[in-house]
Amino acid sequence: MGYTIAQKILLAHADKKDIKPGDFIEAKIDLCLGNDITAPLAIEEFKKSGFKKVFDRNKIALVPDHFLPAKDLKSANQYKVLADFASEQGIRHFFALGNMGIEHVLLPQMGLVGPGDLVIGADSHTCTYGALGAYATGVGSTDLARAFVDGKCWFKVPPSIKLIYQGRLKKWVLGKDLILFTLGKIGVDGASYKVMEFSGPVITRLSMDDRFTMANMAIEAGARAGIIEPDEITFNYLKFIRGKKKLTQYAIHNTQYKSDKDAVYEKIYTWDVSELEPQVACPHLPSKVRPAGELQDIKIDQVVIGSCTNGRLSDLRIAAQILKGKKIKPGLRLIVIPATQRIYQEAVKEGLVEIFLKAGGVFSTPTCGPCLGGHMGVLAEGEVCLATTNRNFVGRMGSPKSFVYLSGPAVAAASAITGKITPPN
Amino acid sequence: MLIKGRVHKFADNINTDDIIPARYLVSTDPVELGRHCMENIRADFVKKVKPGDIIVAGKNFGCGSSREHAPLAIKGCGVAAVIAKSFAAIFFRNAINIGLPFLELEEIDEIEEGDFLEIDLASGIIKNLTQNQTYKTEAFPEFLQEIVKKGGLINYIKYKVTRPDKD
Repeated sequence: MGYTIAQKILLAHADKKDIKPGDFIEAKIDLCLGNDITAPLAIEEFKKSGFKKVFDRNKIALVPDHFLPAKDLKSANQYKVLADFASEQGIRHFFALGNMGIEHVLLPQMGLVGPGDLVIGADSHTCTYGALGAYATGVGSTDLARAFVDGKCWFKVPPSIKLIYQGRLKKWVLGKDLILFTLGKIGVDGASYKVMEFSGPVITRLSMDDRFTMANMAIEAGARAGIIEPDEITFNYLKFIRGKKKLTQYAIHNTQYKSDKDAVYEKIYTWDVSELEPQVACPHLPSKVRPAGELQDIKIDQVVIGSCTNGRLSDLRIAAQILKGKKIKPGLRLIVIPATQRIYQEAVKEGLVEIFLKAGGVFSTPTCGPCLGGHMGVLAEGEVCLATTNRNFVGRMGSPKSFVYLSGPAVAAASAITGKITPPN
Repeated sequence: MLIKGRVHKFADNINTDDIIPARYLVSTDPVELGRHCMENIRADFVKKVKPGDIIVAGKNFGCGSSREHAPLAIKGCGVAAVIAKSFAAIFFRNAINIGLPFLELEEIDEIEEGDFLEIDLASGIIKNLTQNQTYKTEAFPEFLQEIVKKGGLINYIKYKVTRPDKD
């Protein structure tokens, strides 16, 4: 019986001859990640237990992105815990303010993840890197502390489900719409403990940025990982990021990172998405999805464009394309947050920032900030926000009595102009 | 080990922002985190909960973020165990890793708010003393039992690192 790409990666990192869903394995990881919320707890555990030295200073990434620039004294102290640990252990991939970006956009951009890699991160959206054909999964702080010790992690081998997207997408319909549509179909536990393998002609034509968006929200269906088989688009992206030299090792192993023809899937979904309209998730679950066109009476107070889901350059370009020469609705707050410093610079260079500012919006330094109600755009009681982020749980962006709608950048930008949820045209 | 306490009942899909809102993640102290447990969805929960009490919830408990602060906050406010129809995967591993007792039970709907339960973790048997009912849950797989027995993941690893030949 054949393996799925996810099983192949797990097997390649475990000390086993074969694996099957349900098996408990210990596997060597290629990279582990922590942020300013989760890493302090891991560092505390690591030290409390008397461990002195991390297993490999090159295989740990520490990204203080959630509350940075420090929003208060306590978060300043948490940042310091990371900075001190990084300096004391010589952690190579510590990203201080100035180099910092939202972790799940930053690490691929820095070339730290590639096809076939096994990555754990103390952040649930670690599943984003599955877009590159890596097995990447969110874990807790104690898991991270353990990985600091011996570079390993325990896994229960998950079964895979396959999601096949047929047809051709309409204009303005992109990765976010596809994943919201999927969540609407299978629900917030529709892939619980499973791997979501995204495939089909629509995925083959999808850009890397949109693939990242899709894999990013696999966790919103409860999945352990979301994964896409690496192809030409993946390798071109890696070539751009890393240069030709380091790419060869992946090119050689290309076929290894495809699912076998006789691989077993617990379930296969096939959807024709040719007629799909821009999607919006309504409060308070990412699976409460409706076409944007059906929600045009929903008034909004704030629009956020950013996050590990949709804070990439192509997202900002789409938003700018719609906002160019326009003004946002008076009284509405538009907050645009590039995911990394490099994206920030590109957005300045391409004139996108000027478009946002002229439209009446603000442009922030990279941060997760408002997505989790941290800072830089917290909602008051009764307020409504349309965000390109990933979660709309009760109180996610501030007051427990506020409301969050989720969409892609096109709907977000179009809605900022009208002040109501509006599909782009 | 026997756990005895009153039931606090919750719905399906209780997420980690419900359990501990992100604005409080500037601390790693379980007691401080515990002061805000379930604040967004049930403001008086922390006032009502007593040490030893039990959370009973529907499916997909702990979905959302990977924050270990969620099981820590539950522990920190005095809750002794969580019973749910199912658990989200990251919460599941965090609960094991920090040693928060939890059980999966299909017959959740039969348990009412305020019921008095007795849980025997070793056998996986739950007694509903209010309704005079008994439920049997599945025992943890051996590998996970080993972690729990060693007092959480870090202690388990410490044991393996210091005594590798005996494992």
